[in-house]
Amino acid sequence: MTTTPAQEARGLEGLGHFGRFGGRLAPEALMSALDELTTAYEAAKTDRQFQAELAALLHEYASRPTRLTELPRFAEHAGGGRVFAKREDLAHTGSHKINNVLGQALLTKKMGKSRIIAETGAGQHGVATATAAALLGLDCVVYMGAEDTRRQALNVARMRLLGAEVVPVTIGSQTLKDAINETFRDWVATVEYTHYCIGSVMGPHPFPTMVRDFQRIIGVEAREQILAKAGRLPDAVIACVGGGSNAMGAFHAFIGDEDVRLIGCEAGGDGLGTGRHAATISGGSPGFIHGMYTYLMQDGEGQTLPTHSISAGLDYPGVGPEHSWLHETGRASYRPITDSQAMEAFSLLCRTEGIIPAIESAHALAGALEVGQNLGKDAVIVISLSGRGDKDVDIAGRWFGHLGEEAAK
Amino acid sequence: MTPMAAQASKVATAFETAAAANRAALIGYLPAGFPSVDGAIDAAVAMVRNGADIVEIGLPYTDPLMDGPVIQEAVHHALLGGVHVGDVLRTVEAVAGSGAAVLVMTYWNPVDHYGVEAFARDLASAGGSGLITPDLPPEEAGSWLDVAREHRLDPVFLVAPSSPDERIALISSVCRGFVYAASVMGVTGARTSVGAAASGLVARVRQHTTLPVAVGLGVSTGSQASEVASFADGVIVGSAFVKRLLGADDPASGAESVGRLAAELAAGVRR
Repeated sequence: MTTTPAQEARGLEGLGHFGRFGGRLAPEALMSALDELTTAYEAAKTDRQFQAELAALLHEYASRPTRLTELPRFAEHAGGGRVFAKREDLAHTGSHKINNVLGQALLTKKMGKSRIIAETGAGQHGVATATAAALLGLDCVVYMGAEDTRRQALNVARMRLLGAEVVPVTIGSQTLKDAINETFRDWVATVEYTHYCIGSVMGPHPFPTMVRDFQRIIGVEAREQILAKAGRLPDAVIACVGGGSNAMGAFHAFIGDEDVRLIGCEAGGDGLGTGRHAATISGGSPGFIHGMYTYLMQDGEGQTLPTHSISAGLDYPGVGPEHSWLHETGRASYRPITDSQAMEAFSLLCRTEGIIPAIESAHALAGALEVGQNLGKDAVIVISLSGRGDKDVDIAGRWFGHLGEEAAK
Repeated sequence: MTPMAAQASKVATAFETAAAANRAALIGYLPAGFPSVDGAIDAAVAMVRNGADIVEIGLPYTDPLMDGPVIQEAVHHALLGGVHVGDVLRTVEAVAGSGAAVLVMTYWNPVDHYGVEAFARDLASAGGSGLITPDLPPEEAGSWLDVAREHRLDPVFLVAPSSPDERIALISSVCRGFVYAASVMGVTGARTSVGAAASGLVARVRQHTTLPVAVGLGVSTGSQASEVASFADGVIVGSAFVKRLLGADDPASGAESVGRLAAELAAGVRR
């Protein structure tokens, strides 16, 4: 598909288009709600009271700004330069997801809606949404693929402890994409009093732009912090990409800094050649999914392909449309990281720095090990450490044979 | 035949015929490929023989986010059975051959991937009359509208109870054949009541177009069909037909059951 003249005329973000990507392909029943959300969000951007409330929540509740921690022992394995981690794992609820959720939950109240619904893969976004709902007194329902409720049982319990209803989705591949379908189905029927709090920079306009703006704080803080700590801009900013919200948040403030490489690490699963992966940009092609035009994993007839990743949070066949555009323009580059590479990096960070990362974030760490080798000893690298790994202890324990049953084998 | 008559689509003719008989048109939906490609063809033909004026053939898609559990299940099985776009076109051809106007109901990505121009060409040559696109808003439909005109296919878009008047005006202006009015806010599936919103929505659409307005979502019985027929030009039934196929012991009895429901609904739109 080529860009239509109408799309070109709209400019970069006219109706949520990033070049030929993005847009708004949604059922008519949701079009009014998407317009309402766009208007509410545009107003909130310049609403001092909204911005002050959000800033206060991010500071007092979510513990922002998060730290930029240097990882000297890890860096020895990454070409010997300086490596810093933006510690989103230290934000309240244990990942960057809270940044976006607090913004959207506040917006939900502004729009006079009483109920918030969300999809979740690994459970991080679901936990963050359940948290914000508890804080602000909103009813909350989280849809989660049945396969993921098994992989991430602890997060299911966390959401329920926080008062949310968790609905396992048993149709299709029973993972994140099916949870998204089911959340849309709920939303179509309940849109009058319900906001769909999408967890990544994906979906129909205005979500990709709005979620990026709420996550932008990651890169804004990191840019200031690295200038203070290293005295210069980094050579590379590296983040994992599923839907791509932590990456978009980390990249955005650096887009104008042309010498800073922006590197997204996709879920390479068992390897690109096996077809068992979720590396959308590296191994997919452009098409429509979940309301946007973007790279996706699809077969010869435009049917969405099953994906695989050890990380539930990256196990998604699409990607945020702005990433597709950054890829197409060459401003950012994307590379697949296999399950094995990610788990090696996971283990390395545990043992060299005493930090247990989310397996999602371990993909970025593995990317840094590769990139660091090329950049050498004078390099400065910033990694977005998007989440903590408590939720992954079971999976990692099995992978490394640290759990009784597995270790006995 | 006058030049005007040559322009009239099979869909338009079906609505005119129904209106002339002082009744609503009956529009039935079935996905291609369920229980098998031939099984779906047999069921759709049974639908036509028992009074359906227009048939919507669903193109099975992996992410049917506007569909409820009944259609999801049938589509899931159709995809597991390996249904392809070519099978959908073969289904269209067979059902059109039975006399009904046939439209394809599809999410947009499979059409985009096939190529909009190629899809329109192949649909037209299979005897299809148009395309219903539940996730494609007119704003994003640019090339499809041009291509549809060229191949004399009817583009059908949906309006919803939540659509403000400006959007109803926009959508009605790009539809041909008919305007599809979703009776309730929600996904496909049978409901005990069709929703008071439906008649109000139909009235609002009529302020912007002279096209027929057909109501879908939730209709499953003859009496509901009758109720909707009192204010709409067409009654669309999907999940109730699919349910007959899901509940059947074998394809033949499924097609027979679909035929019986079509007869009940056809009586409903005539009351």
